[in-house]
Amino acid sequence: MGAQLRVYRQKIKSAKTTKKITRAMELISASRIYKAQQRVAASAPYARAVTRAVSAVATYSNVDHPLTTEPSTIQRAAVIIFTSDRGLAGAFSSSVLKEAEQLEKLLVSQGKEVVYFLVGRKAVSYFNFRRREANQVWTGGTDLPTVETAQAIAESVLAAFKFDYSEGGVDEIHFIYNRFVSMIAQVPEVVRLLPLEVVEPEEPATAEVFPLYEFEPDATKVLDALLPVYVETRIFNAMLQSAASEHAARQKAMKSATDNAEKLINTYTRLSNSARQAEITQQISEIVGGADALATISED
Amino acid sequence: MSNNLRVELVSAEKAVWSGEAKMVVAKTVEGEIGLLAGHEPMLAILASGEVRITLPEGEKILANAADGFLSVENNVVTIVARNAQLA
Repeated sequence: MGAQLRVYRQKIKSAKTTKKITRAMELISASRIYKAQQRVAASAPYARAVTRAVSAVATYSNVDHPLTTEPSTIQRAAVIIFTSDRGLAGAFSSSVLKEAEQLEKLLVSQGKEVVYFLVGRKAVSYFNFRRREANQVWTGGTDLPTVETAQAIAESVLAAFKFDYSEGGVDEIHFIYNRFVSMIAQVPEVVRLLPLEVVEPEEPATAEVFPLYEFEPDATKVLDALLPVYVETRIFNAMLQSAASEHAARQKAMKSATDNAEKLINTYTRLSNSARQAEITQQISEIVGGADALATISED
Repeated sequence: MSNNLRVELVSAEKAVWSGEAKMVVAKTVEGEIGLLAGHEPMLAILASGEVRITLPEGEKILANAADGFLSVENNVVTIVARNAQLA
């Protein structure tokens, strides 16, 4: 076997192995997208109920809550970045990190300090590599987020929010995650989490009118209990969407990797065929040439 | 006006139970509260404990709810708890 042929065969073999792996990952992700999407859908009633209750309290009580009041000057902002634990998901983590860089530029240009809370190993390694500090990190389980993690994240950002700037606290909180639009589109999105903006309906006539609620024990206490839950819900929702996006992004990336491997296999098979053909042709012409030479000698 | 309540019991992960009910008894931070149709709109913080839902046929459903709140309006009772499951 010719040297060239051997090289081609080896390349085909390696492309085939790669293809097997990427195909398997593609199938695994495809089956998980559905589950992740279902989890997003299943958490919707809770999110809706919490949002409704928060807007109801906010509409009918004039309670000034620290979580909703805008500080006069914002000196430090916190950014929560939701990435994945594992790679091989295309631009999933890098698009979020890119968005984070832009947000930092914007915040710094407004004269704010920026501190980070990171979710997912990819964000952590990105920060470690650049020797940048992160306030707190959560890794593991980004593809299957739990309420407990959301709770932990909410608790620590709320704790940071409650402190003054001089005590190392933050004045506003943003988060960046991949919003799941469809199987083929995931969009990095920046959301300001705190201070909460109570969105007033633009046209009260068409908007739902909330009845006059009785609060138990009282409006302030209810709001006190509700707002952290609301924050947690927003975070949990971002985590679920991010997980669904991660699977979708991985499926897409692995699909194109499989396609590429197939293309490589095709190309190398053609090349190895023509190399083999060339080898055979050469051998034949060598034999024919040799026989011809022998015949000429014996004639003489 | 119908004499039944529409009850929705949701946890952070999913909707646990929903349906018609005659009466709902839940535990708030101020004590147990019983809700019948026609109750005034209310928002209350839940204490962890049992939620008893009496169906129109008289059957009872028990659920555990912790860490959440309860809202009542227009005969719709929404019990929202971080952890909730049917007992």
